Amino acid sequence: MANNYYVADECDIVVVGAGHAGCEAALAGARLGFKTIVFAINLDSIAMMPCNPSIGGSSKGHLVREIDALGGEMGKNIDKTYLQIKTLNTSKGPAVYSLRAQADKNRYKEEMKSVMERTPNLKIKQGEVIKIITENNSVTGVLTSSGAVYKTKTVILSTGTYLKARCLFGETIVQSGPNGLKAASELSQSLIEMGIKLYRFKTGTPARIDKKTVDFSKMTPQYGDENISPFSFEHTADEIKREQIECYLTYTNENTHNIIRKNLHRSPLYSGVIEGTGPRYCPSIEDKVVRFSDKQRHQIFIEPEGENTNELYVQGMSSSLPEDVQIALYRTVEGLENCEFMRTAYAIEYDCIDATQLKLSLEFKNIKGLFGAGQFNGTSGYEEAAAQGLIAGINAAMLIQNKPPVILKRFDAYIGVLIDDIVTKGTKEPYRMMTSRAEYRLLLRQDNADERLTKIGHDIGLISDERYNKFVEKQKTIEEEKQRIRSVIIGAKPEIQEFLKKYNSSPIKSGVRLSELLKRPELNYEILGEIDPSRPIIDSEAANEAAIQIKYEGYIKQQFNQVNEFKKLENKIIPDDIDYSKIRGLRLEAAQKLNDIRPVNIGHAFRISGVSPADISVIMIYIQQTKRLKNTEEE
Amino acid sequence: MIYYTDDIIAAQATPVGMGGISIIRISGKGSIDLVDSIFISKSGVKIAQKPTYTMTYGNIVYNNAVIDEVIVSVMRAPNSYTCEDVVEINCHGGIAAVKKIMDIVVLSGARVADAGEFTKRAFLNGRIDITQAEAVIDIINSKTERTVKNALKQLSGGLSDKVKNIRNILIDIVAATDAAIDYPDDEIEEQNYSQIEFNLNKALKDVEELINTAEMGKMLQYGVNVVILGKPNVGKSSLLNLLLKEERAIVTDIPGTTRDTVEEFINIAGIPIKIMDTAGIRDTKDTVEKIGVDKAIKTANDADIILFLIDTSKPLDNDDLKLIDFVNDKKVIVILNKIDLECKANLSLFCNFNTVSMSIKENKGIDSLLNAIENIIIDSSLESDDSVMVSNIRHKNLLLSSKNAIEKALYTTKTHMPEDFVAIDIKEAISFLGDITGESLKDDIINRIFEKFCVGK
Repeated sequence: MANNYYVADECDIVVVGAGHAGCEAALAGARLGFKTIVFAINLDSIAMMPCNPSIGGSSKGHLVREIDALGGEMGKNIDKTYLQIKTLNTSKGPAVYSLRAQADKNRYKEEMKSVMERTPNLKIKQGEVIKIITENNSVTGVLTSSGAVYKTKTVILSTGTYLKARCLFGETIVQSGPNGLKAASELSQSLIEMGIKLYRFKTGTPARIDKKTVDFSKMTPQYGDENISPFSFEHTADEIKREQIECYLTYTNENTHNIIRKNLHRSPLYSGVIEGTGPRYCPSIEDKVVRFSDKQRHQIFIEPEGENTNELYVQGMSSSLPEDVQIALYRTVEGLENCEFMRTAYAIEYDCIDATQLKLSLEFKNIKGLFGAGQFNGTSGYEEAAAQGLIAGINAAMLIQNKPPVILKRFDAYIGVLIDDIVTKGTKEPYRMMTSRAEYRLLLRQDNADERLTKIGHDIGLISDERYNKFVEKQKTIEEEKQRIRSVIIGAKPEIQEFLKKYNSSPIKSGVRLSELLKRPELNYEILGEIDPSRPIIDSEAANEAAIQIKYEGYIKQQFNQVNEFKKLENKIIPDDIDYSKIRGLRLEAAQKLNDIRPVNIGHAFRISGVSPADISVIMIYIQQTKRLKNTEEE
Repeated sequence: MIYYTDDIIAAQATPVGMGGISIIRISGKGSIDLVDSIFISKSGVKIAQKPTYTMTYGNIVYNNAVIDEVIVSVMRAPNSYTCEDVVEINCHGGIAAVKKIMDIVVLSGARVADAGEFTKRAFLNGRIDITQAEAVIDIINSKTERTVKNALKQLSGGLSDKVKNIRNILIDIVAATDAAIDYPDDEIEEQNYSQIEFNLNKALKDVEELINTAEMGKMLQYGVNVVILGKPNVGKSSLLNLLLKEERAIVTDIPGTTRDTVEEFINIAGIPIKIMDTAGIRDTKDTVEKIGVDKAIKTANDADIILFLIDTSKPLDNDDLKLIDFVNDKKVIVILNKIDLECKANLSLFCNFNTVSMSIKENKGIDSLLNAIENIIIDSSLESDDSVMVSNIRHKNLLLSSKNAIEKALYTTKTHMPEDFVAIDIKEAISFLGDITGESLKDDIINRIFEKFCVGK
């Protein structure tokens, strides 16, 4: 640590780390008009994708759409830099359609950095923050390793996997962050001194290999969609259309598995060197072979890291075995017989926090003005990080203005589910978003993310009036088309019966509304075009939305009813000064949990594990009791 | 766990199985309309049109069948016990009648109230004075504890296992659909619709079986049959009288069906018990007496529990030994009566029996006997055949809801709706079943996905 400090600058928001969380946080803060400084250990690592070269996927695509609807950058950035786009799960229901893009990593980074550089109010600095300065449990500044003090009202910690990071493969241990970048070794201590509880998590990444040394003729090519959808609601498919690059599919085999089994003792995971908790959904190849020993082969996807590089990402082969074992086992895979490693696979361990120390706004409960976002909060994934970064950035700005924080509910967005989950229940492994985590997933579709969130984004100030007006127009078109579909009558004419027969749909006895036919599982909006001559030419997204809302009306209504029940409990607010240990009749375990988590309403309290319905009754009575006591005193 | 605070709740307001008249109290917005949908007054007037604090005479009618003749009182918000709209149905006190009406009220949209819930609402709605708040908490705590204890006991009787098995079938289906949805790239053995349909049908059949046991639930409908058996003059009638004298006892008097068998209803720990005193058993040539003895043996054969009385002040004789053989393979409590006198019987014969020592004359040992009866009922749960019995209306209602959800899922599957919708219906069923066993839905599915499928990169 430097001996001489100097005050370098003064600002409203300091963002520590410029990964996917940090970028969104910094952009949100600056765009809302606040002087923002973002620090990265290395400016070349801004918006770096140290693991897979893709954005989106099941539930993650939803997150990106939501980020975009709120005025975040990720969707726009990937639309500009994708190599391939695909909609997944198209046969499984509209709620789980998921966009995924392969990204050009370098261009993604460059583009994001350039956007940030051009954003007013935003300063970008290379430097390592080593200490958070507080007064009376409020943030006042940060100190860098070069002795510079930056005075600030708020700090957002989005340190990713850098805190006390170490990378491991086999017997090799490197004290570094991802991709050989310097680790942040000092900040953890400052956090501990502030009373922050840290966890140690682990994740990993596969090797990168040289395209020249891969035999693609032995693999199955994987193409993008012909008709692509953009991530950003601001873009049209035509605007972002370009030549797509394919990925390839190959498989491991018994030889691969034998090499792994023979060398397991050399894996730091199995020898006990790794202390961190790894995610179940991101297993290393050795994990897969051990846990699912009856599987004869595992899929391996070969994905380009960019247009302008030979590096290929080997999805499915993350490993922390020694380098010589890695090379041997990669070379057993068909098409990779002669592959040359460019980067070795590794596991990485890092410090993160127990997110139950945060409020739903992502601000620390005990330190005013300090926020956490991304992997720092114990999550995993670029999209999860970006979502939290955006919310943390927004809420830092709200705090400065003394405005209430923006908190998305579980029925508003996947972002709401994500944040509610991690701050209410905490997580014992890196948390990945999944559609299964959302109880109202039929309402949280990627197609209606704009409907759910654009107004919120506009109210916050991140969505321009122009975009908002366009959105309102679209909603109007959707409503009109819905009205039309509900009112058009299809007569029981021979050509109609003929049409129905063609699609294995039962004949109609008398005239029916078009909406009734649309609800039949075997028919859809596109097919019905054949018997719907009055159909207007409208925006295809709007038409699609209208069709979904009518076709699945019954289910959507059912979920809305569930949401209404859920809301009743969410509307019962718990005063924030309540001391649970003083409530008579509350079980000790429940009181302790409640004091830790400090739920904001009854519904929130209910989601804490270990709190029973009887406890909830006791709390409700206590709240009522105190309220009346207060009233009596005032009288 | 579903937890609402302003829905319609219902519960029997009078103790279970006690008194000639029982009251079912229904509270919450919409309770008046609910009762109007199942009640037809003699005058034809809807209770919605009746002023507050009035009583109306008529019938509870369900599926066009008259269920019971009742008097219904209306108390409109805020001038009622809970400050909500309250309707009370005064019906006949028989256990079966009350249960039937409760079933109908619940099927019409009410939820069975939790312990102390009427009082809780009264407080939250500002009716009860603040000094009573602590007392309310005590009520909730103590009652909840007991309810939970009872529920656990009932659950350990096998119901929980059955429900868990059904849940497991359903969770497996959803875990497979969700794994495929959340990991579209991974090679997950896709289940086809006919597999899903097959498994759903299996779950449906199991749920229906459980519901049937609830409908037959003889424990609640007819009570548990307990028969007092023994030689003449060992204290059988005195035991019956003693049981009837207990505070928690008498329901109604039903005249004995024969000269020699007397039936009474008592209530032990909320469980209705039909208790039958039989003629003293002995080898006899007397034709009339023999008819009584045969009848007693037949009654004992049908009993759920036999209370076998022995007079320990006399040595065991042939009649006693025959009876020991007779009860040997049955659920029996051997009552060693007259412990106030010198013991002359060879008690070693009873070392394998569940015994209670009493002096009926001196009112000794009655608590032990009541506990022994309660334990037998709860522990062995008096399983009819090999099946588990659902005797809790809340459980039954949850089973009915999950049955509906499974049927919906079947329809969704048969019409080949996208898998997501199948999953939505199944998740609903899982969550209803989870409300019986107290398990949460989300974590279960996610854990199952990672247990069963090799997913992720």
